Amino acid sequence: MTFWILAPIMVVAALGILFVRKAVHAALLLAVVMISLAVLYAVLEAPFLFAVQIIVYTGAILMLFLFVLMLVGVDASDSVVETIRGQRVLAAVFGLVLGLVLVIGLSQVTLGTAVGLDEANTGGNIEQIANILFSRYVFAFEATSALLITAAIGAMVLAHRERLTPKATQASIAAQRMRDYAEHGKHLGPLAAPGVYARHNAVDTPALLPDGTASEASVSRVLAARGVVRSMPAVVKEDEEQ
Amino acid sequence: MTHYIVLSAILFTIGCVGVLVRRNAIVVFMCIELMLNASNLALVTFAKQHGNLDGQIAAFFVMVVAAAEVVIGLAIIMTIFRTRRSASVDDASLLKY
Amino acid sequence: MTLQTIARAAEGHEIPVVHPIAADGVFSWLWLIIALPLLGAVVLLAGGALAKGALDKVGHWIGTATAVGSFALSLTLFVSLLGREESERQIGQHLFTWFQVGGLDVGLDLLYDPLSALFLLLITGVGSLIHVYSIGYMEHDERRRRFFGYLNLFVAAMLVLVLGANYLVVFLGWEGVGLASYLLIGFWQHKHSAAAAAKKAFVINRVGDIGLSLAIALMFTTFGSTDFAVISEQTGSASQSTLNALGLLLLLGACGKSAQVPLQAWLLDAMEGPTPVSALIHAATMVTAGVYLVVRSNFIYELTPVAQTVVVIVATVTLLWGAILGCAKDDIKKALAGSTMSQIGYMMLAAGLGVAGYPFAIFHLLTHGFFKANMFLGAGSVMHGMNDDVDMRHYGGLRTYMPVTFLTFAMGYLAIIGFPGFSGFWSKDKIIETALAENWVVGLCALAGAGITGFYMTRLMLMTFFGEKRWEDGVHPHESPRLMTVPLIVLAALSVLGGVLLLGDFVVEFLAPVTGAAEHHEPPLPAIVITLLAVAVVAVGVGAAWVLVGRREIPRVAPTEVSFATRAARADLYGDAINEGLVVSPGRSLVGGLTSFDRFGVDGVVEGGSAGVGGLSTILRRVQNGFVRSYALSLLGGVLLVVLALLAVNLA
Repeated sequence: MTFWILAPIMVVAALGILFVRKAVHAALLLAVVMISLAVLYAVLEAPFLFAVQIIVYTGAILMLFLFVLMLVGVDASDSVVETIRGQRVLAAVFGLVLGLVLVIGLSQVTLGTAVGLDEANTGGNIEQIANILFSRYVFAFEATSALLITAAIGAMVLAHRERLTPKATQASIAAQRMRDYAEHGKHLGPLAAPGVYARHNAVDTPALLPDGTASEASVSRVLAARGVVRSMPAVVKEDEEQ
Repeated sequence: MTHYIVLSAILFTIGCVGVLVRRNAIVVFMCIELMLNASNLALVTFAKQHGNLDGQIAAFFVMVVAAAEVVIGLAIIMTIFRTRRSASVDDASLLKY
Repeated sequence: MTLQTIARAAEGHEIPVVHPIAADGVFSWLWLIIALPLLGAVVLLAGGALAKGALDKVGHWIGTATAVGSFALSLTLFVSLLGREESERQIGQHLFTWFQVGGLDVGLDLLYDPLSALFLLLITGVGSLIHVYSIGYMEHDERRRRFFGYLNLFVAAMLVLVLGANYLVVFLGWEGVGLASYLLIGFWQHKHSAAAAAKKAFVINRVGDIGLSLAIALMFTTFGSTDFAVISEQTGSASQSTLNALGLLLLLGACGKSAQVPLQAWLLDAMEGPTPVSALIHAATMVTAGVYLVVRSNFIYELTPVAQTVVVIVATVTLLWGAILGCAKDDIKKALAGSTMSQIGYMMLAAGLGVAGYPFAIFHLLTHGFFKANMFLGAGSVMHGMNDDVDMRHYGGLRTYMPVTFLTFAMGYLAIIGFPGFSGFWSKDKIIETALAENWVVGLCALAGAGITGFYMTRLMLMTFFGEKRWEDGVHPHESPRLMTVPLIVLAALSVLGGVLLLGDFVVEFLAPVTGAAEHHEPPLPAIVITLLAVAVVAVGVGAAWVLVGRREIPRVAPTEVSFATRAARADLYGDAINEGLVVSPGRSLVGGLTSFDRFGVDGVVEGGSAGVGGLSTILRRVQNGFVRSYALSLLGGVLLVVLALLAVNLA
């Protein structure tokens, strides 16, 4: 019963990964698939894997994905235009054929009655897995530990960035500002605060210079880029209209 | 139990197609994870079918390897992104004729 | 039992087997005869790097001393040999094992027998005289040390050739004299003609060498050895066709070295070398190596009448060919070279006539070595006095200006035409007599050759020493220095007295252990009649020369309006044209064709193939577009293929 509820959800979510444009959405859909899988593991009498699936996959790996997405930029989304000619069509055709062949082929197979894990799980699933893992598979287990350590070091090496310039100190920053002022006439002091007026006070409203013009340096560049900076005359006009 | 296997095959195929059509390296990676998970499902199913735990152990090892792979893979993607300001796999196409 | 003979009933006489006894006493110094000039060559050629100045001063004396030392040793051995029993006159000396490959065990063995003994005397004797002569002749040449080095090298190689006890050692010497000949013809290599002549001689000699090397290979496969001793013992067991092939191949080798038709073209050009070289190598010694080879291989030729017949034919053609060339040449050295070719033809003829002819071939070889060396050196002396001009049309009336040269030359002249009593008379007369006894056509040709010899030698004498002075301006003929005239006098004496070797049939009996003893064939005419006939024919030739040359004015420039025969003779009887037409042109076309085939056929296939592969790769490399997703797609295609194949196999 659980299977028939979860299976359509999983397939739809998986198909969604193919079609959503934003990577974050794909990650969330993947989470759906993984948690559903965890439930299926539980149904399939694998409580240990159920836990591991949730903790390791959904908890660690998927979070890692989200973390990297954050670094790369949450907004990053694919363009819809396919750059490689015929890639999408061929991928669809190949995928469909493979899927059809596998589904038709596998559905012809009769597996017979499942043996079930009641016997194997006597004394608890986790204990039995531990039994096998630390006896028959101990060598492979040790090898995975080496693999994980290598991967951890590798990730650190890859993510490490060499500092190419000396770290700026307070003194050097101050000297740089003085130099900029001498050479380019750049404003020496701290930037002006955004407009603070008697009737209006907001970070999106630039301060006014003595000659009455707005100072662009007083508002965040991000706001300027978004085009949400308001001008003081406009504010005055709004007020008058009210 | 056949339906589990069929589901596994469907998920695997979707993962395949995903690798082929998506261009964001992170999403491509997710599709690979999807394929690994699909195979895990098949393994767990076989474990139940045959009544021994080897399948589960294999699935466990797949998870470990996948974890290591994701760590390295994402680090590489990060490095590429840092130098090229792009996470698209199509932009890393210098290895051609 | 030191000398074995095997009776061969079919031939009607016995063929001697080479069976040398070990060298002892004075004969153990045999190797020194070769070693002396070899040492001289090494010192003179390689020592220049160490003490150039000193060697340049005394080099010619070192070279001459080694040659004279060899001569003294040869003379000692000869005298000792005469003191021995006839059956003990074959002496072998094993120096060391040269190489040992599988079944082939070749030692550096020497064989000293009557034949080698005579050759040793000729080579070292005439060689020493020519060394002495060269001291004067090459006095003003700054490379005189090198010249003497080459001369010593030649003498050493020639001695190896005649002393070798197996065919491979003979071949070593054979190639050595070829090398020395090449170096000496091209000694003045700054002259283009000299370099070209050296190359021509080398190439044509290679053709002959192929014959000799093939013969040696055939001997090895047939007899398993190249030793004279082994082969002479086993020739009876070889098949007739093998013996024929051996005889013809050896003849090819002999033709190349001895300038016999059809490999005669190099000898006239070889006169580009210094005159002492022409005298020593291209008249007295090296060019007679072919005759030596045929006589030495008598145990083969005696059993193959076919090859013997071919030898006789080749010899007769060459005899007349050379004589005709000699009639038309205005270059004194080329006229003498034509004469040399003709005289070697006589020797070959005698050698081809078999047992009866061998001793006379060697006898004529010796006398010819004397009188032709004499005349060549005389010609060199004339050139010396005439500023190295070789055109006889620029000579004339030299007899009073160069009396010694004239007199010695006259001795050589009388010897070669066969004036009764002189050495050439005895040797040539015997050959004509033997030829007539064997075959009257060949005999008549030889007789005619004697007449022509009389003609061209008389022409040469008349143009050079008699008649009007036709000298170039500023030429002041003078007698050559003592160093040059003394060898001339000695050689002239030998030319006159060479006939003493025939006293009491000395040569015939001395050589009998090598060549075998001949039955006496009765010539068709009494011997005295033949002799008178020969003298009469020569007299006719001399008379004709007197009428045609002596009594007419000789133009300074050779007339161009001449008969066809003269034109043909001037062009070496079109020998070069025949070579060009028969060998060089077809060869060049063949090479050109092969080159084109290589360029367009082979290279076309190779390069076309690679170009095709390249083009295909240019197209196929487009598949490598660098997009990882494309690669993944092909991966999926592969998976699909594998799955479908598995299904197909399982369903089937």
